[in-house]
Amino acid sequence: MASSSRTQVLSLYRMLIKESKKFPSYNYRTYALRRVKDGFRENLAVDNPKTLDVLLNQARESLAVIKRQVTIGQFYTTQKNVVEGLRNVNF
Amino acid sequence: MISTTVTRKLLGSMCGFQTPRLTYAQSAATAILRDKEIIKSRELEKEELRPLYMDFQATTPMDPRVLDAMLPYQVNYYGNPHSRTHAYGWESESGMEKARKQVADLIAADPREIIFTSGATESNNMAIKGVARFYKAKKKHIITTQTEHKCVLDSCRVLETEGFDVTYLPVKTTGLIDLQMLEEAIRPDTGLVSIMTINNEIGVKQPMKEIGQLCRSKNVFLHTDAAQAFGKIPIDVADWKVDLMSISGHKIYGPKGVGALYVRRRPRVRMEPLQNGGGQERGLRSGTVPTPLAVGLGAACEIAQLDMEYDHKRVTMLANRLIQKIMSDLPDVFLNGDPDQGYAGCVNLSFAYVEGESLLMALKDVALSSGSACTSASLEPSYVLRAIGADEDLAHSSIRFGIGRFTTEDEVDYTAEKCIHQVKRLREMSPLWEMVQEGIDLKSIKWTQH
Repeated sequence: MASSSRTQVLSLYRMLIKESKKFPSYNYRTYALRRVKDGFRENLAVDNPKTLDVLLNQARESLAVIKRQVTIGQFYTTQKNVVEGLRNVNF
Repeated sequence: MISTTVTRKLLGSMCGFQTPRLTYAQSAATAILRDKEIIKSRELEKEELRPLYMDFQATTPMDPRVLDAMLPYQVNYYGNPHSRTHAYGWESESGMEKARKQVADLIAADPREIIFTSGATESNNMAIKGVARFYKAKKKHIITTQTEHKCVLDSCRVLETEGFDVTYLPVKTTGLIDLQMLEEAIRPDTGLVSIMTINNEIGVKQPMKEIGQLCRSKNVFLHTDAAQAFGKIPIDVADWKVDLMSISGHKIYGPKGVGALYVRRRPRVRMEPLQNGGGQERGLRSGTVPTPLAVGLGAACEIAQLDMEYDHKRVTMLANRLIQKIMSDLPDVFLNGDPDQGYAGCVNLSFAYVEGESLLMALKDVALSSGSACTSASLEPSYVLRAIGADEDLAHSSIRFGIGRFTTEDEVDYTAEKCIHQVKRLREMSPLWEMVQEGIDLKSIKWTQH
């Protein structure tokens, strides 16, 4: 991987993670984080510049979707879910 | 004779109240009187925590990517997709046609074979009534199974009143149909066979390819209700030789209120429309197609196709984790449905000596159901579980755990822990459980004292 695309990949990855963490919904947040991480891991070995370009564009689109959906989610928040942040549950 | 109030109280005892121990006769009475609903609806308080969602067979949350695809059509592109004279119509039409292709691609069909409907219930009604009525001059017989969804069974009942003959095939204890029995049931005047791909309550997957082969060789149309299978397992309508397939949007992280019906073009399947009017959707389903919903269904299909393997792997992992945790900690838990021929995301367990409704009430911070959402309001045991030959008691003690794309490990662990705890607690209160521990065979007891 050329160093320029390496920087691009890393910066996109960081931005995707940062945005995904902002999902107010527990399930959307955990899914987005998981999917982003798994998606990048799946394509760790890609070094064909053309494929890399396609993947980078997909990631940019995903980032835009996440940003929009985070904003929408923030307008309509709900109560927290039972497992969020509490693992010392009283049965 | 025991009064209703006493029985209610006794039912209550299984739900956590401290009441004197049941006598045999009273216990029998509780089994008979299940006509009143125990679980009352109530909205969450502002500061209350939300229950976990573990009911992915009933419906799924919409994927944020789906909503993102739909929103432009909810705000700016509001044209009627059937308007032919202006840009508003054209842009909506192209959105709708793209969605049609996305749906078709997921089942390897031609886009022209996809008819948008309001959901799988409409698709099922349309397919069964439409095909049966069109060919009624010569074909008077329909075959379906006892474990079908209510809307298929009810459509068949309607056809029976119109003079059709319907065979409701029984299933084996695994929930699978017997192919030989199906072959024997097919008559010269059989016009349609309707068998669901994946059962909504027990997750059993029927051998559609073999069924398709059989129906094609006998020249009978095959309809399948694929609401639970579509988008979750690979489907190829050419390979399966399916002639009609019902599809639902909200089971695959798409919007509610939209679905589709696949209708084969070659060899052509003809049908009478349920809805007449402007002749949209090749005249089979008149009425304006709701563009935003159709676009949402299309987007959901594309994601499902791209991520089918990823989602499937994860759902399987989580389901195994849930089953393993519960089964290793609790005796007398039974998995309903064939363990090998099924969809992993639907886990239906029976907890012996525990009443399903009481357990559901005790697990109020997990959104679960004892079966189909359409019938869960009644305390009747599920007809699906009865059809697979489950004991009446076990049918009453079953719970369906639905796992999906957005389920987490923490949620599965919480559900399992809570479930184990509550089952143990309820069993400790149950006289039946005590008797079993003392070595009494419950089957040998005569419950009535007349």
